[in-house]
Amino acid sequence: MEEVKLHYDVNAYDFTCAGEASGKLKRSLKDLGFDASLVRKVAIAVYEAEINMVIHADGGVIDATITPECITVVLADKGPGIPDVELAMKEGYSTAPENVRSLGFGAGMGLPNIKKYTDEMNIDTEIGVGTTITLKIYNQ
Amino acid sequence: MDVKELAEKLELKVLCGKNLEREISGCYCGDLLSWVMSRAQEGDVWLTVMGNINSVGVAVLADVACIVLTENAALDEDALKRAEQNDVIILQTEKNSYQMAAAISKMI
Repeated sequence: MEEVKLHYDVNAYDFTCAGEASGKLKRSLKDLGFDASLVRKVAIAVYEAEINMVIHADGGVIDATITPECITVVLADKGPGIPDVELAMKEGYSTAPENVRSLGFGAGMGLPNIKKYTDEMNIDTEIGVGTTITLKIYNQ
Repeated sequence: MDVKELAEKLELKVLCGKNLEREISGCYCGDLLSWVMSRAQEGDVWLTVMGNINSVGVAVLADVACIVLTENAALDEDALKRAEQNDVIILQTEKNSYQMAAAISKMI
């Protein structure tokens, strides 16, 4: 298998499409023959990051690079940035607004889930500029 | 046991799903989507009152066997469409999640 690159756009405040990019990526990984447990890890991590983009930023872009050894996903938004990354990484801490919570989001599990299901996670964030999250999941 | 048998024995209403022959391995209850996604296991019956489009997304990503909407929780129209596109089985019951989980635990 050669390197495969995939790109997805995520719309702002559109909960009807939320999960579409991660769903498509999941199907692509399945079609490429990756192990189900690896596909699940990638799908969950990317879904959480995608939902974060919809809730907190004005949408963004997702770029995945797939090789037999490693799945790398870069999620970039031009949202407000994360003021305190350490606090945001705490399970149960959420800044999601009430209308979003009523949809079942805002458990404060987004970033912790991403960390749990990836081998490497890097958050690059700047207030008023945006956030870029880079995820790596190795095919072991 | 598969979803078909579960639906028949517990008299669940089928809201979505043509092929109910999906094997069940466990059960998970919860309404907070991130919580469910990280903890529900592949093949679980997922008991929830959240019948929106995002629940369908979580069901697909977490690979649960089916969603059971308890206490007759409603399924949104766009959620039904998404479920049909993604072959997600959705059932409904008047029982609450506790009663449903107790009944399922006797069967698996």
